[in-house]
Amino acid sequence: MPEPLIKARNVSLEADGKPILKDISLDIFRNEIFGIMGPAGGGKTSFLRLVNHTFRGSNVKIEGRLHVLGEDVLSDEVNPTPLRRKVSMVFATPVVLPMSIFENLVYGLRIQGIRDKSRLREAAERGLKAAILWDEVRDRLDKPAQKLSGGQQQRLCIARAMALSPDVLLLDEPTSGLDPISTFRIEEALKELKKRHTIVLVSNNTKQIARVSDRCAFFLMGELIETGKTSQMFTVPREKKTDDYIAGRFG
Amino acid sequence: MTPKRAEHIALGLMVSGAFLALAILLFIIAVIMIKGLPHVTLRFLLDNPMDMGRAGGIFSTIVSTIYLLVVSLIIAIPLGVGTAIYLTEYTVEGKVTKIIRFGTECLAGVPSIILGLFGFILFVVKMGFSWCVLSGGISLAIMILPVIIRTSEEAIKAVPQSYRDVNEVLGGSKWQGVIRLVLPNAAPGILTGIILSVGRGIGETAVVIFTLGTSLRTPFSIFDSGRSMAVHFYILAQEGISMKNAYATAAVLVFSILIINIFSYYMMHRFVKGRT
Amino acid sequence: MPATAADIRKKEKIIQRVFLIIAFSSLFSLFLIALFIFIEGFPMIMKVGLKDFLLSTRWSPTRGHYGIFAMIVSSFWVTIGALLFGGPLGLMCSIFLVEFASARWRAIIKPALELLAGIPSVVYGFLGVVYLVPLVRDYLGGPGLSLLTSCIILGIMILPTVISISVDALVAVPNSYREAAFSLGGTRWQTTYMVTVHAAKSGIITALVLGMGRAVGETMAVIMISGNALKIPTSILDPIRTMTSNIALEMGYASGMHRQALFATGIVLFFFVMALNTIATLFARRKAIK
Repeated sequence: MPEPLIKARNVSLEADGKPILKDISLDIFRNEIFGIMGPAGGGKTSFLRLVNHTFRGSNVKIEGRLHVLGEDVLSDEVNPTPLRRKVSMVFATPVVLPMSIFENLVYGLRIQGIRDKSRLREAAERGLKAAILWDEVRDRLDKPAQKLSGGQQQRLCIARAMALSPDVLLLDEPTSGLDPISTFRIEEALKELKKRHTIVLVSNNTKQIARVSDRCAFFLMGELIETGKTSQMFTVPREKKTDDYIAGRFG
Repeated sequence: MTPKRAEHIALGLMVSGAFLALAILLFIIAVIMIKGLPHVTLRFLLDNPMDMGRAGGIFSTIVSTIYLLVVSLIIAIPLGVGTAIYLTEYTVEGKVTKIIRFGTECLAGVPSIILGLFGFILFVVKMGFSWCVLSGGISLAIMILPVIIRTSEEAIKAVPQSYRDVNEVLGGSKWQGVIRLVLPNAAPGILTGIILSVGRGIGETAVVIFTLGTSLRTPFSIFDSGRSMAVHFYILAQEGISMKNAYATAAVLVFSILIINIFSYYMMHRFVKGRT
Repeated sequence: MPATAADIRKKEKIIQRVFLIIAFSSLFSLFLIALFIFIEGFPMIMKVGLKDFLLSTRWSPTRGHYGIFAMIVSSFWVTIGALLFGGPLGLMCSIFLVEFASARWRAIIKPALELLAGIPSVVYGFLGVVYLVPLVRDYLGGPGLSLLTSCIILGIMILPTVISISVDALVAVPNSYREAAFSLGGTRWQTTYMVTVHAAKSGIITALVLGMGRAVGETMAVIMISGNALKIPTSILDPIRTMTSNIALEMGYASGMHRQALFATGIVLFFFVMALNTIATLFARRKAIK
C-alpha cells in the first residue's frame, strides 16, 4: 500500500458551537479520482476547505490530524500559500476574473511574482490543454474571459488551477450549473487529468460519482458513513444509508 | 372627497413639487450661464486679476483652486480609501466599525464654518503655517473624507466575494487580493466618489476663506496663500467689486461643477453596467 | 518570505493594524475639531458665564458684551423655516420619484436634483440677493434681506439632502407592502400615503433632521441674504444674524476675547449639529432594528 496523499484521522470540526464534521478518517491516494457525495450540508465543502487551508468561520474548533502531501495542515506551522499552489480548488459556479483569458490563467503565477513571458505562456498552455480548452481558445487568449460560455468558463477555472501544476485538484460540484454536454467535456478532462494528478471531486450527483470516481465516500450530516471502491459502493454498499442515498430515497 | 379625486390632487402636487425643484435648478444654471458666459474669454481665464478683481481675469484663482484640490485629494484619498478597505476587507461588523461609521457620519455633518474655524486655529495659528495651500488642503481633505469613505466602501462592497475566494485558492494573500482584484474592480466607483468630492471642494467657501486666505497672488509653494474661485466670487459679489466679473467667475465655477457631475454620473453608469 | 500560517497571520495582522489606524482618521479628525474649538472657546464661556453668554442679547465685543441669544434664536427660526420650505418640497419630489415617476423621468430628475447639491452655496446666496430679495422687498415689504429670504434659499439648499435620504427610505419599503395594499382596493395615493410613507417614516424623519443639520450650519449663503442685523427677529421680514454668519463675518478681524467668543459660538453650533446628527442616527437605527 503506498502512502496516501491526503490522510485524515479522526478529523472533527466545529464552528459557532455547531458540529460540521464528526470524526472523519479517510485516505486519498495518488492518481485517483476520489468522489465525495452526500446531501447538502453534509460537510463535503468544509472538508475540501480544510484540505487547502481555506476554511473560515468564527469560533472554529478542530480536532484530529489531517496530512496533505505529508504536511499537517491543521497545525499552525503550515504555510498555506505553497500548500494552495499544490492543492488547487475549483468552485461550484465558475468564477472568471474580469480580465483576459490569458491573465486569468496566469493569475496564480503572477501573484508569485513570476514575470517571465515564456514561463507564463507555457503555464497557460499547460492549463488549457489539461482542461481540454486549448483548441477552443488558443486564438483568442487576449479576449475577455467573461465572454466565454458557462461550460468554457468552468473549464477555464480548471485550467487556471492546473496552470499552477498542482498535485491535487479539489473540485466542489464543478458541473452543478452546467448542461450535459459541458458536463461530459469536464468529466472527460478529469479522466485525462488523473493520469498525472489526484482529484477530489465533491458532487451531490451520484451518477457523476459513479461515472468518474475510482473510490468514493458518502458524507451525511458531518459523518463519514462509508468509503470504499466506487464499483463496490454502488453495487454492494455496506451501510443501509448509503444504499438509500444511491437509490435516491433521500438527499 | 373621493379617493380618485384625492389621488389626482396628490399626484398634481407631487409633480409640481418635482418640477419646481427642477425649475429652480434650471433657473440657477441658466441665469449664471447667460449672464456670465459672455464675459468668459480666453483672456479672462489666462489673465491674473487686477485692481482687486475689478479688471483682469481669474488665472491665479484657478491655479489656487486646482492646487488646493490636488493637495486635499492627496491627503483624503489614501485615508478615505484606506478606511473603506479596512471596513470592508479587514474586519467584521462590530463595535469598532459602528464607532468608525458614526464618526464618519458626524464628520459629514460638521458645518463647514466649524471646519474653517478648526483649520484656522490649528493650522494657521497654532502650527504656524499661516494662510496657505497646506492649511486649506488639510481642512478641505477633512471635509471630503466622509464622501470618499462612503463611495469607496460601496464600490468595494460591490466587488463579488468570489474574486477574493479565487485569489485565496490560487495562493494569493489577502493583501494581493485587495491590490490585484478588489481595488481595480472598485476603481470606477471610487473615482466617482473622488470626482464628486472635487465638485464639492470647488464650490466650498467657508472652509477655504479662513485657511487658504484671500491673497490674489498665484501660489507656488504649499506654504503660499491663495484665493480659490469660490472665495473670489464671494468677495467680488459681496463687496460689490464687479458684477460682470462676479458673474463670469460664477459661470466658470458652475460650468466646471456641471461637467464634473455629468462625468461622474457617466462613470457611475458605466460602473453599474460593467457589473451586470 | 513568510513561512508558516502563523507568520502569514502575523503579516496580515500588521497590515490590518495599519488600516485600522487609517480607519480612525475620520474619528480622529472629529475629535481634533471638537478639542480645538473647545480649547479656544470654553475658557471664554467660563469667564463670561454660561448664562450671560447664551441668554443675553447684547453682543458688542468692543465693549465686552458677549451675548449670543439673538443669534441662537435666529439660527433656530431659520432652521425651522428652511425645514418648512424644503421639507414638504423635498418629500413631494422623493415620493414622486419613487412612487409615480416613470423610469425615464426618474433617470432625468434624480441626477438633476443631485446637481442642486453641487451648486456652491455662494451662488445660492448671490442669486438670492439678486432675484429673491427684491421680490420680497417689493411685494411683502421690509428690507428684503430677511428671515423669510434665508428660509426660502436654505429650503432649496437642503433639498438634495432631504431627497436623497428619503428616496432611499422609500425605495427600501418592500414591494409586497404596496401589492398588499393594492389588492385591498386602495388607490395608488392611498397606498403611498397610508402604507409606503408610513413604513418609511423613520427614514423620512432622518432625512428631515439631517436637512435641518445642513440648514443650521450653512454660512456663506446666509451671510449674503439675511441682512445680518443683531436682534431677535419679530417678523419674518426682519433681517437676522445667525451664529454661523456672525462667526464668518467677524472672524476676519477678531482677536483676543472677541475671537474666543466666536469659537464659543462654534461650540454652541457644534452641539446643535451633533444633537441633530445623533437624533438622525437614532431614527436611522430604529429603522434598522425594525
